[in-house]
Amino acid sequence: MCAGHEPSPSPQKPSSRRGFLFKIGLALNVLGAALVGIPVLGFILAPMRRLGGQSWIRLGPVASFPAGETRLATYENPDSMHWDGATAKTACWVRHVPDGRLQIFAVNCTHLGCPVRWFAQSRLFMCPCHGGVYYEDGARASGPPPRGLFEYEAEVRNGEVWVRGGQLPTLAGPV
Amino acid sequence: MIRRFFSVGRWVEERAGLGEAITPVMEHPVPRRTASFWYTFGSATLALFMLQIVTGICLAFVYVPSADKAYESLLYLNYEAPFGWFLRALHFWGSNAMVAVMTLHMIQVFLWGAHKYPREMTWVVGVLLFVCTLGMAFTGQLMRWDQDAYWGLGIGASIASRTPFIGQSVVQLILGGPIIAGRTLSRVFTAHVFLIPGILIALVGLHLWLVVRLGVNEWPMPGRLVDRETYKQRYAEEVHRDGVPFFPDVVRKDMIACGVVILLVMLCAAIFGPFGPHGVPDPTIIDTAPKPDFYFLALFALFALLPPWTETVLLLVGPPIAIVLLLAVPFLAGTGEKSWKRRPVAVLGVVLIVLPVTTLAGLGIFVPWSPVMEAWRGAPTPTQYVRGRTPLELQGALVIQNKQCRNCHALGGEGGKRGPALEGVGTRQTRDQLIRQVLQGGGNMPAYGKNLSPAEVNAVVAFMQTLRPANEPPARTAVPAAR
Repeated sequence: MCAGHEPSPSPQKPSSRRGFLFKIGLALNVLGAALVGIPVLGFILAPMRRLGGQSWIRLGPVASFPAGETRLATYENPDSMHWDGATAKTACWVRHVPDGRLQIFAVNCTHLGCPVRWFAQSRLFMCPCHGGVYYEDGARASGPPPRGLFEYEAEVRNGEVWVRGGQLPTLAGPV
Repeated sequence: MIRRFFSVGRWVEERAGLGEAITPVMEHPVPRRTASFWYTFGSATLALFMLQIVTGICLAFVYVPSADKAYESLLYLNYEAPFGWFLRALHFWGSNAMVAVMTLHMIQVFLWGAHKYPREMTWVVGVLLFVCTLGMAFTGQLMRWDQDAYWGLGIGASIASRTPFIGQSVVQLILGGPIIAGRTLSRVFTAHVFLIPGILIALVGLHLWLVVRLGVNEWPMPGRLVDRETYKQRYAEEVHRDGVPFFPDVVRKDMIACGVVILLVMLCAAIFGPFGPHGVPDPTIIDTAPKPDFYFLALFALFALLPPWTETVLLLVGPPIAIVLLLAVPFLAGTGEKSWKRRPVAVLGVVLIVLPVTTLAGLGIFVPWSPVMEAWRGAPTPTQYVRGRTPLELQGALVIQNKQCRNCHALGGEGGKRGPALEGVGTRQTRDQLIRQVLQGGGNMPAYGKNLSPAEVNAVVAFMQTLRPANEPPARTAVPAAR
């Protein structure tokens, strides 16, 4: 504050210059914030745009999935980090139908994603969280699930079972 | 020595002027009757928040926010780091206590009408603090990075996936990638340690500023109505006429409450120890029954009990509506009567929220809707149900075990509660009805038609018909009375 300028003969000039400087300063900072915001938001929101992360993964020889049985299989996720540890792995249920067809189900219940368990005697999948039950072909049997089990694409190539996976199956992205 | 200490104090005060700034705040007059233990929940919550900050920083010295090492670092804290187990226990019990005491604070403030004019904003900030605290509780339980955390994230992702149109994008935004893994834990860690605490600290500052600026809510008297025109003047007069300084007159009870709460948390921590980590976070170990910490048990129970067709709407719209309603409370009822004795709707509202939430949480502990996964091979058949039975009936008892019926149907008090207990089923359903139910299912029961041979069905039904109290006849088909 310069008290000496108070009775200035032309008070308009300096104040308009100050106003201009203030506006320039404001504009520079808004510009700076916006420019910083681009990488910040882009960085945080980046995972939203990476859709369709499915790829074909080998599960093992067909012989390890006897016809007529449903067995748990696991695979290493293709899109994983070195520091993922055990969470890089994914489990799935492989059903070898007696007629030779293969069905591969996600372990995640379609209700809220808890892992369903297979009971060979009653030929049912049961979920421990809220009691969802599915038949052996993955169809919804009872309980809160809105649909049958998520079923991955499956193929047999040269005696090996392949599954198209790599993404947490949910109602929005059912494999 | 003491004189030297005071002279250093004076030197600091002369330059910093902190005492000069804080003293009037500490000694500001408040209505005499607010020196009550009812008014101490807020201070106790703040004390618990400070405990969470201190213990949280300590844990961060050791915790490794990496998916492959987090679990090990928690075990190291539990078993090797000096006091590690106790700090983890304090942080866990402190978080439970913080949610609990904050809830009490909220209920008390509402019943005492403290959200009314001119303290609407204090309430709004308080609601945001409550939401942030629940966010801390959820992310905190995920940082335990055990089976519950892993599948808890699966539940979170499943809920998020129900968002219309952008469900998959929201899931990936939460998970930080296509699956629950290292990138997910990094996000949870950032939220729990930087993002939410930053917001919390700022909001706590604002909340306290508002309390000091607007004054502590006077003790509500039935018949003394809040009026925007006169309230502030009347409050000022009351404080002037019959006020006491916050420090030391009121702060005494606050200090006692804070001390008691902190000591209780320490006692719980010392007796019960740290919570988890439970099973290793290996997604290929599927023999697990994930369950949330107590503050989300009510929600967990709701997921099981809601009719499926309402679920998506209620999951997505319910929480935002609940938060908006809480935020709107002071604007819907910002003036008028303050005393709960003359606000029956307010009291009823509290009861109608607290009762269902605690009931649901109680149900969440016993999970009557979940199959008991090991009952079929672990629960014995009570001897009175096999004594004196024919071979066919005994065969039926075996089928009941082998086909996992016990996972949902209890017998002798053991087994699942999803379906009705089988005791007395012979008096409720006829042979034909039993056969139909077993073959076709229905009413939450899967159809067993494809999975049982006719001989097995025959045996099961024969056994179930014997399940009735002595001297009670089996159910029979109603026959129209002869005219």
